Amino acid sequence: MTHLTLGQQLLDSCAALLLLLSFAMLSQRRVVTLVNLYAVQGAVLTAATLLLAWRTGEGHLYLSAALTLGLKVAFLPWLLHRLIRRLGVYWDTEPLLNVSGTMLVGLVIVVFAFALAQPITLLASTATRSAVGIAVSVVLLAFLMMITRRKAMSQVVGFLSMENGVFFGAMSASYGMPMVVELGVALDVLVGVLVLGVFFFQIRERFESLDLHHLEALKEHE
Amino acid sequence: MELLLLLAVPITGAALLGILGAHRRAPELNAAFSLATLLAAGALAARVIRHGDLLLGAEQFYIDPFNVFLVALTAFVGLTTALFSRPYMRVELEHGRVTPGRLRLYHAMYQLFMFTMLLALTTNNMGLMWVAMEGATLSTVLLVTLYRTPESLEAGWKYFILCGVGIAQALFGTILLYVAAGKVLGAQGMTALLWTHLDAVKSQLEPTVLALAFVFLLIGYGTKVGLVPLHSWLPDAHAEGPTPISAVLSGLLLNVALYAVVRSKVLVEGALHSRLPSMMLMGFGLLSVVLASLLLWRQRDIKRLFAYSSIEHMGIATFAFGMGGPMANFAALLHMTVHSLTKSSIFFTAGHAAQKAGTQLMEQIRGLITLSPTVGWGLMLGSLAILGVPPFGVFASEFLILTTAMHAQPWATPILLGALAVAFAGIFSKVQPMVFGETSGRRLPHPPALLPVFAHLAIVLMLGLYIPPYLAEWYRAAAHLIGGP
Repeated sequence: MTHLTLGQQLLDSCAALLLLLSFAMLSQRRVVTLVNLYAVQGAVLTAATLLLAWRTGEGHLYLSAALTLGLKVAFLPWLLHRLIRRLGVYWDTEPLLNVSGTMLVGLVIVVFAFALAQPITLLASTATRSAVGIAVSVVLLAFLMMITRRKAMSQVVGFLSMENGVFFGAMSASYGMPMVVELGVALDVLVGVLVLGVFFFQIRERFESLDLHHLEALKEHE
Repeated sequence: MELLLLLAVPITGAALLGILGAHRRAPELNAAFSLATLLAAGALAARVIRHGDLLLGAEQFYIDPFNVFLVALTAFVGLTTALFSRPYMRVELEHGRVTPGRLRLYHAMYQLFMFTMLLALTTNNMGLMWVAMEGATLSTVLLVTLYRTPESLEAGWKYFILCGVGIAQALFGTILLYVAAGKVLGAQGMTALLWTHLDAVKSQLEPTVLALAFVFLLIGYGTKVGLVPLHSWLPDAHAEGPTPISAVLSGLLLNVALYAVVRSKVLVEGALHSRLPSMMLMGFGLLSVVLASLLLWRQRDIKRLFAYSSIEHMGIATFAFGMGGPMANFAALLHMTVHSLTKSSIFFTAGHAAQKAGTQLMEQIRGLITLSPTVGWGLMLGSLAILGVPPFGVFASEFLILTTAMHAQPWATPILLGALAVAFAGIFSKVQPMVFGETSGRRLPHPPALLPVFAHLAIVLMLGLYIPPYLAEWYRAAAHLIGGP
């Protein structure tokens, strides 16, 4: 066991917190809380980015942290909260798999993710062994959340959380992506959520509900 | 300069058409911008012919034989589709399926979609390519839901979520690529995502990480290619959106996504020294061909039928890229070209046929040949072309792929032949009564634009008989680049 520096330990704590938040999201049915959890995840991500920026002295990581703070902690949660209020969707219905079942599947996924991350970890330049595994876990847990939820809003939060996982992976394995790409990704996420906002109103106008079981008419055998 | 124009024209068009809004001449303006894009693409192609590969914009853009013909093809089909959409969308407006406000969205997004595809094709940066591919999804989601019917909303949602999740996987794959490249090229370098740099050092990249990266990239971009079992968004999005969008989705977007897959494959195979990526491409390709040709039989909607046919043909091209080698790659590139031209022309005629019949259900579309001989013949010829009847270009590419498969992968040949035969019978038996038989349709308020249909079919016919030397040279160079056994 090698001795870990303070910065390293803090970064590992951030990673652990991210994983914890993913599990919290997985079990949460209140949509408002879900969005709040997403905002907290963004805040942890910002903290981790700042920590890494401070440790490495990489200028562009500060920018990236500012971008995360502005977009994922402030703007997107604000937008989602507004959508929730305007559309009046506060609760998700019972997920397709009950909470304890989902948690168990989640645990298996984490083990699998760590196995998957093994070769990447060996190559990672930041030498934070657990971080990459956690990033993959966050991505897969978000995926699980998207599969098991019925409401469009929860699926979207799952999708955004998946993007957080990918982003954390990029950071822990290689100090983030080049700035052009990071800006582009942020732009896509932003536009994506805006498009979704429009889309929600269309769905709602048509069905008067955001429950996705309305969207099951197009079957193969029609 | 040409490149700058190529990218600036569609994005200016998007902004202008968005601002101008529901102008009476918006469709013509849309076509004019598409024409300007095509001219820029032509100039770019001419420059590549004169000077060879181009690295532009601080190495962020790279034009080589592999993407130059796709750029030209994209710009060309972009123009013809804009011409087709001019009367088509006017008819939709008069039938009350769209409002002037939605047409404004439609025109702006059409140009934006063109921009994202051209950016994805020309960029040298794997990260930017990802951004552009995601942009292509985002710009078309609201086009798929343009009619706001329950079905179109469902199709749009499926398209958004499936492609969104898929593309998130591709982002992860891109990051893995960056991590692996960082070891060799220096982690902080901007160069670690540039394809040309990656290609130069590909044999030194860490094999396990790259294998993992390829799995993510293939799932991500493969979702957009419509490879089975990631295809379920494709028929819905094609059937429920407006027909011009079906034509560009099928004819162009699938090609661009396949292009991204093949670019990734070149890198990974160079690092792995094994045939794993090729095997995966062959597997997914063959599965797509077989399943799509069987599912064809169950379709009742004309646009869904041809959407499944698109899955089948992308499967054929993917399989051919998987086989690799100069001949198969050449055939796959030719197949991408002729499929794109033929399929978009089929969607043009299918759209007019559906407008005349007032429905997309095939059992209610009858007697096109008496109602409107040109639409009828267009659909018949297009279907024959896509089914691989000689002397059309699809026959040439499929023939090349099959003969290569006999040598390289003899086990796959009977499967491919069987699937092609099943698809032939499936499509022909459904198209024949639509074209001949008793008529039931009505006259349209605007005459359909059939020039694009026959222009496409004429080019496909020409490519079956004679491939211009520049194009053949590009195909050969690209086939060499893609490599294989």
